[in-house]
Amino acid sequence: MEAAAAAAAAAAGGGCGSGPPPLLLSEGEQQCYSELFARCAGAAGGGPGSGPPEAARVAPGTATAAAGPVADLFRASQLPAETLHQITELCGAKRVGYFGPTQFYIALKLIAAAQSGLPVRIESIKCELPLPRFMMSKNDGEIRFGNPAELHGTKVQIPYLTTEKNSFKRMDDEDKQQETQSPTMSPLASPPSSPPHYQRVPLNHGYSKLRSSAEQMHPAPYEARQPLVQPEGSSSGGPGTKPLRHQASLIRSFSVERELQDNSSYPDEPWRITEEQREYYVNQFRSLQPDPSSFISGSVAKNFFTKSKLSIPELSYIWELSDADCDGALTLPEFCAAFHLIVARKNGYPLPEGLPPTLQPEYLQAAFPKPKWDCQLFDSYSESLPANQQPRDLNRMEKTSVKDMADLPVPTQDVTSDDKQALKSTINEALPKDVSEDPATPKDSNSLKARPRSRSYSSTSIEEAMKRGEDPPTPPPRPQKTHSRASSLDLNKVFQPSVPATKSGLLPPPPALPPRPCPSQSEQVSEAELLPQLSRAPSQAAESSPAKKDVPYSQPPSKPIRRKFRPENQATENQEPSTAASGPASAATMKPHPTVQKQSSKQKKAIQTAIRKNKEANAVLARLNSELQQQLKEVHQERIALENQLEQLRPVTVL
Amino acid sequence: MAVCIAVIAKENYPLYIRSTPTENKLKFHYMVHTSLDVVDEKISAMGKALVDQRELYLGLLYPTEDYKMFRKLHNSYTDVMCNPFYNPGDRIQSRAFDNMVTSMMIQVC
Repeated sequence: MEAAAAAAAAAAGGGCGSGPPPLLLSEGEQQCYSELFARCAGAAGGGPGSGPPEAARVAPGTATAAAGPVADLFRASQLPAETLHQITELCGAKRVGYFGPTQFYIALKLIAAAQSGLPVRIESIKCELPLPRFMMSKNDGEIRFGNPAELHGTKVQIPYLTTEKNSFKRMDDEDKQQETQSPTMSPLASPPSSPPHYQRVPLNHGYSKLRSSAEQMHPAPYEARQPLVQPEGSSSGGPGTKPLRHQASLIRSFSVERELQDNSSYPDEPWRITEEQREYYVNQFRSLQPDPSSFISGSVAKNFFTKSKLSIPELSYIWELSDADCDGALTLPEFCAAFHLIVARKNGYPLPEGLPPTLQPEYLQAAFPKPKWDCQLFDSYSESLPANQQPRDLNRMEKTSVKDMADLPVPTQDVTSDDKQALKSTINEALPKDVSEDPATPKDSNSLKARPRSRSYSSTSIEEAMKRGEDPPTPPPRPQKTHSRASSLDLNKVFQPSVPATKSGLLPPPPALPPRPCPSQSEQVSEAELLPQLSRAPSQAAESSPAKKDVPYSQPPSKPIRRKFRPENQATENQEPSTAASGPASAATMKPHPTVQKQSSKQKKAIQTAIRKNKEANAVLARLNSELQQQLKEVHQERIALENQLEQLRPVTVL
Repeated sequence: MAVCIAVIAKENYPLYIRSTPTENKLKFHYMVHTSLDVVDEKISAMGKALVDQRELYLGLLYPTEDYKMFRKLHNSYTDVMCNPFYNPGDRIQSRAFDNMVTSMMIQVC
C-alpha cells in the first residue's frame, strides 16, 4: 500500500497535474473500482468495462448530472454537486468526454478523498484513502445505484483497513458513523483482502439498517450474513496444532468464532450477538449442559472458558460481567453473554466497564425468545428494569412477556428467597433500607437481583460464624438427653417462622445428619450416649452424611447455598425419603434426632439465649420426649437384630 | 465514613486492603493487624461465654449495623467467591468489588 502510494506520488510528482496522473491503486481499491466500473458499464448497456469506448458516458458540464449510472453513483456519494463537478473535471472525463477506466478510477479516488475531508485535488489521491462510500438502496443484497428517490438513507460501509486512521477523524456529518466503525473494525485481525470485504459490502448495509431507525432490522442482516459465513469460515486459520481433538475443535471453533465476529460485528455495536453466533453459543451450551433451561455450574464453565486461553483475571472479569445474578452458575443468556465477551476479547476488543445492554440477560432472552427459557424470562421480568432497554427491545419484551407469562412456572428461587427472607426478623428491617439505598444505576438490575440473594447470604454469615465456632468438636458429656436438647429441635419446628432460618440451615433436616462438622460430632455423640446404637451410628452417619450432602447439590437447579435455606419442612420432606431408603424406615428417620438435638443444642444455645421460650415450647417438649423414648426403644430392637445378623455372618467370613 | 477497608484471609494476610489516601496507609495496616488480635481474643475465649460473646461481637455488627457496610461488603465478597475463576487465597481483583468499596468509602466520608 505504501509502495503504491509512494509510486503514485512519484509518478504524480513526475507528471504534472495537467492530465490525469497515472494512478496506482491498492489491490482493494483496484477490485472495488473495477467492480463499480463494471456495474456502471453494465448498467450503461456495455460489456464489462475494459476498453474506454465501452465506458458509460456522461454529459460533461451539466449542472444536474445525467441519468447515467456514473452520475448516479457520484450522486450516491453524497458529495455536493460542485465537488462532483470538480471531481469530474479533475479526473479528466470532461476533457476526454467520457468516463474511461482511468478517469473513473481517479474520480472514485477523488470521491473518497472528498468524503474523507481532503480537498479535491490530484495530490489528495496520492495518499492512502478509504474506499469511497455510496448511498445505496436496500432492494436486495446487492449494491444498486438506485435513483435518488429510492434512497432510504442507508449507507454502505466498505470496510477498509488502513494505517492512516487520522484520515478518519476528518469527516463530514454523514461519515461520522464511519468514524465509530473504523476504529472498531481496525483491530480485527482479518487481512484487508478486497474480495471478502467487497462481498461484505452488500451485506453491510444491513448493519447500517440497525443504525438508522428503519424497522425490520434484524432478520435481513441475519439472513444476509449467513452465506458469508462459509467463505469466511474456510479462510479462518485455526491453529489446529493441539494434540487433543476436542481442544483442536474448540480452538478452531474459537477462530471460526473470530471470523463470525468479523462478519457480524456491527461496526458500532460489537456487543450484539448475531443469529449464527447465537446458535453456536447454544450448541456449546448444550454440549456442556443438555438442558437449555438449566444452568452450567461454575466449575464446568471455568474449564470451558479456560480453553479460550485468556488470562485468568480477564476470565474472572468476564464472569463478573456476565453472571448477572452472581450465583456461580450460568444460564443460557448469561453463557451467551460470557462467550460473546470472550470472543470479543480474543478479537481485540477491550472489555467494557459494564455489561452492554445488548448482552444483558433480559435483552438476550427478549431478542431470542425460546419456549424453554420461560422460567428465566419470568425471573428476569420480575426484576428487570426497562430503563436499559431500547424502545424496540421493550416492544419485543412486552410481546414475549405477554406470550410467555401464561406458561410460566412457579416463581424461581429469587422470589422464594424473598419469602424465606420475610421470615427473618433480623433482616427485615434492613431490607427496605437496602432497597431504597440503591440508586437507579445501570447496574440496578444486578443489584436488585442481588438483593434477595444478599439476604440469604446475610444469614450465612451468622451461620458460618456459628459453625466455625463449633468446628473443633468437643465430645459432649455423656447423657445429654435432656429436655433442653429435645426442646431445641422442637423449637425449630415450632418457631420456624420466628427462628432465623440459620437454624434450619445449621440443623439439617432431622432424618439426615447435618453437613460438615456434624458427622464427626454425631459420631462422638452417639458413642457417648447410646451405646446400643454405637455400631449403627457411624454407619448411619456415613450413609446419611453423603446423602445429605448430595441432596442439596443434586437439587435442580444447582444452587446449593440458597437451597439450604429453604423452609425446613420442604427440606425435611426431601430428606426423609432419601434417608429412609438407606436404613430402616421409621427408626432410621427418627434416630438422628437425639444426635442432632445434642449437637444442635450446643449450637443453638447461643441463639436461644436471644430467643424467648414460651409455653408452647414446653408442651412440645414433653410430647417430643415421649416420642423419642419410644423411638429409642425401636432403635434398640433394630440394633439387636442387626447384631444378631452380624453374629450369623461372622463365622462365614472367618472361614 | 470508612477510611480503611480490608479483607483478611484465614492466614492473617490481607486479601484486599484499601484506605483513603488522606491518612498514612501504614497506620491503617497496623490497625487492621491489631484488630485481628481482638478477634482472636474473642474467638479463643473459653467456656460458654464464648458463643455468647462472639455472637454479641459479631452478631450485633451484622444485624444492627449503623453503617450499612458490612452487609454490602459481605455481599460483594460472596460475589467474588462465586466467581469460579477466583481461587481462595488470591488477592481480590474484582472490579465490582473495587467499585463497591469505593462507593462505601465515598458515601459517608
